[in-house]
Amino acid sequence: MTTPAPVEIQDPAAIAGQKLAEKFPGAVTADERPGYTGWMIAPEKLIEAATYIRDQLGYDLLSSVTGVDYIAEEKMEVVYHAYKTTGGPALVFKTQAARVDPIRLPSLTCVWEGADLQEREIWDLYGIRFEGHPDLRRILMWEGFEGHPMRKDWKEAFYDDEVKPYKSRWPEGRHVFAENRTAFGDNVSFAAGFDPEKWTATDPEEALYASLKKYKTEDKDGIPTDHILVNLGPQHPSTHGVFRAVVMLDGENVVSLKPVMGYLHRNHEKIGERNTFLQNMPYTDRLDYFNSMSNNWGYSLAIEKLMGIQVAERAEYIRVIMAELSRIQNHLILIGMLMNDLGAYFTPALYAFEERELILDIFEAVGGSRMMCNYHRFGGVVRDIPEEWMKKIHGLVFDRLSAKIDEFDRLLTENELFVSRLKGIGYLSPEDAIRTSMTGPMLRASGIPYDIRRADPYGVYDRFDFNVAVRYNGDLYDRYLIRIDEMRESLKILEQALKQIPAGPVMSVKPTYQAKVPAGEAYGRIESPKGELGFYVVSNGKPNPYRYHVRAPSFINLTSLEMTCVNQKIADFVAILGAVDIVLGELDR
Amino acid sequence: MTPNELNSPGYDVPEELQNVVAITTLDKIYNFGRRSSLWPMMFGLACCAIEMIAAQASRYDLARFGMEVMRPSPRQSDVMLVAGTVTKKMLPVIVRLYNQMAEPKYVVSMGACASGGGPFKEGYNVVAGIDKYLPVDVYVPGCPPTPQALVYGLIKLQEKIDKQSLKTVRWYQKGPDSVEVPIPMLGPDLIDPRRIPEIKAKAAELANPPAPVEESAA
Amino acid sequence: METYGKGILKGLVVTAKRFFNTYIEDLKWWGKRYHTAEGIAHRSSKDAKGIFTVQYPEEKLPVPEEYRANPFLIYDEGENGERDIRCTACGICAKACPPQCIWIVRGSDPETGKPVAKPSEFYIDFDICMNCGFCAEYCPFDAIKMDHDYEIASYGRNLTDMDELLKPAKYYAEIRPLNYALEEAARAEKAAAKAARAAAAG
Repeated sequence: MTTPAPVEIQDPAAIAGQKLAEKFPGAVTADERPGYTGWMIAPEKLIEAATYIRDQLGYDLLSSVTGVDYIAEEKMEVVYHAYKTTGGPALVFKTQAARVDPIRLPSLTCVWEGADLQEREIWDLYGIRFEGHPDLRRILMWEGFEGHPMRKDWKEAFYDDEVKPYKSRWPEGRHVFAENRTAFGDNVSFAAGFDPEKWTATDPEEALYASLKKYKTEDKDGIPTDHILVNLGPQHPSTHGVFRAVVMLDGENVVSLKPVMGYLHRNHEKIGERNTFLQNMPYTDRLDYFNSMSNNWGYSLAIEKLMGIQVAERAEYIRVIMAELSRIQNHLILIGMLMNDLGAYFTPALYAFEERELILDIFEAVGGSRMMCNYHRFGGVVRDIPEEWMKKIHGLVFDRLSAKIDEFDRLLTENELFVSRLKGIGYLSPEDAIRTSMTGPMLRASGIPYDIRRADPYGVYDRFDFNVAVRYNGDLYDRYLIRIDEMRESLKILEQALKQIPAGPVMSVKPTYQAKVPAGEAYGRIESPKGELGFYVVSNGKPNPYRYHVRAPSFINLTSLEMTCVNQKIADFVAILGAVDIVLGELDR
Repeated sequence: MTPNELNSPGYDVPEELQNVVAITTLDKIYNFGRRSSLWPMMFGLACCAIEMIAAQASRYDLARFGMEVMRPSPRQSDVMLVAGTVTKKMLPVIVRLYNQMAEPKYVVSMGACASGGGPFKEGYNVVAGIDKYLPVDVYVPGCPPTPQALVYGLIKLQEKIDKQSLKTVRWYQKGPDSVEVPIPMLGPDLIDPRRIPEIKAKAAELANPPAPVEESAA
Repeated sequence: METYGKGILKGLVVTAKRFFNTYIEDLKWWGKRYHTAEGIAHRSSKDAKGIFTVQYPEEKLPVPEEYRANPFLIYDEGENGERDIRCTACGICAKACPPQCIWIVRGSDPETGKPVAKPSEFYIDFDICMNCGFCAEYCPFDAIKMDHDYEIASYGRNLTDMDELLKPAKYYAEIRPLNYALEEAARAEKAAAKAARAAAAG
């Protein structure tokens, strides 16, 4: 695939925005705060404008929806990033509401279903009610939890200081356990006068079960039947962590399904807004813990955009090498684990782990840790790849991995049992995939060749010759095949990157732990192995980000879970979930 | 453990029989049996769980210690590897799983998060250490501990088992059959049933703060 | 319809090949494959075939230089065995630390009460530490470094104070020889430049 030479044109998103402003005079204005881009839409015109953006302007993929609490201006803002699946930059639009409870804004689920889970998250964490949302419940915290924790005036029990570094650590840093500082002696807080004896548990699951589709109680012969409610998880071997799905069954067939999450919600974003910009780097490792190298990159990209710095040339190549190695090991594990879910207990997974260990050896030697590499810095990477390890990477890429991927191919692709478990299962049409904001292999397996490395190239990906893997059937088998294809493409990129990598420094700026980030907003996104991983960062010029949001592909790719599972067998749910490729650290953050 | 190690001192077994016969104490053989077939519960929470799987997989192969049988059911497992961040929302589930495990049962807290909250300790949904609720036998520090570090922790657990005696272990004492921990509740925040009176008193105090003079006197 | 089961057979060939490779490799290496450094290195190289397991604790994988376990403090040993703690209590590690798990009390002169450039108390809570390595990376005095010792499982929680954190510089030289050499060279250069400046001024 070749891309045409870039033509000198104005930013297409800006042109689209102009059109939008002309179409809705008075209701759409340019966001003119310094460092900000995008368009401010009046709430009453939001749905109309969004429909116009989707249908007339062609921005059909709603990527990210997030809230920002501008407490000083007494405003709550919701920021939307929409993309064209044919490529190009984002059309950013925003809407604001006065910060007086109850805060109400129109829901965009009627335009893009992909807004579903994200709007629920904003309701949970910011307390913005989305009018017209079909199922607005808390998503990460439990029903009944007091407060909306991401609001700037909400303080957790272990609250120490507004921002890091905390003053209590130095120079008079006598160690105190955080528990000993709090009123209740633990990481909990209750309202004054709260009486736990009089408190009665309202069933937190009631709303959840009520949200499932009601099932007809008579079958075709007039015999009354009943549905079965099955809870899979949060402790279930098939859910790849602490994910839970509530399934309504008719016999063995899925009638309705709701994902339940938040069992690993460890407050990444709240902590991220206390951290300094650099301190967030190791925290991003713990998002998608299979791919810390790509997580680092997404975050660096956003901050480098804000700082306006270039990345050292050699570091750009190192980033590509690490990200692609990471993609290969992620896909290998995914395939191995998918086999586990299907009952091929452990053989493919054990084979996959061998290759993964060899790749992790490289990460350990270069990044310092097998999984939590903490390798990127703003402007480059922390250290160069040692010579002997460069040789090892060469050895793996040129002599081993390609043969091993072929071996996987031989082992599984034509296996009849495997094929009959996967073919035609969990179908997702291309239209539905776009509507529900799928990204990554999920979207590409449904026939949309949308890969950010091509559609909106970052780093030095525009210098490599590779194909965007795409498959057209949208079923589980294609989701498996696309991973095999992608690993082969990754190897192609790796081979080129290893041949082209220039010598030179790996940092373009002087390393410092106090990054100076000018005020403004930025959205950095990369094609992580799981889909579009985006970081939305707002800086107000201080050492800490004002808003730090992660657009997690694992989370948003679950929007289509119900759609793909309905009318399938319950046993297939396990495989469908396995092929989405979720990682709980990123899903719940 | 070879039969030689199993032999109790004081009894001379002829050399040619040493690989066949061992004279040992009941404690030793009991502990030997338990420590050599510790079945962990298939139960992962976060990042550490991946390292736990890696420890099970090709390179580190926990099967060498008789620990390869990961049981999805708590009833069949002997050791709970709390691998990852324990959140408030997940805690009732973990405690319930622990209660469902049959004695003898052990808890290994893997990684900084499970031991003391880890880097996410300050978070509003994070429990600062599973040992606030469950009795932890071995702590494995690290973020995440490498599989080798985890295996080392499990060897430490085996050492601990070796020192136990039938006469003193809690599951042969009079009393309830197994340790049960009251299951925490998800109210406006996490409520530990054991601390209800304390919470009530504190919340009442917050509602009617004592005069500052009294406080300084106290 | 094609012959059913061809795909399965194809897969079985792969597993059978792997199975036989185990024995072929063992025979090829005859007794040298396990419990030897070359054997371990071979098993983690691109040519690894056959049994992949490293039999910890009898065999241990070599720890790469940059590996990060928990941090420790370095002291230089004087001629009479006295400890010269490199840390100057500047607080940069505590400021850079993402989960804020470092607590430092700056020492003070017992007579005048003025602060001195030595810590009097130093705590790291290993139950919070995320092993990110920022403390070691940004320490201007090479006073805090990341350890290689991962065998630290214990029967209790892990709050460490200064006594437990301190390790001699020669231990550091042992675990990270390349970094140590680089830092020592930089230090010597700095000292030489300072001496030259002093000489020029004098």
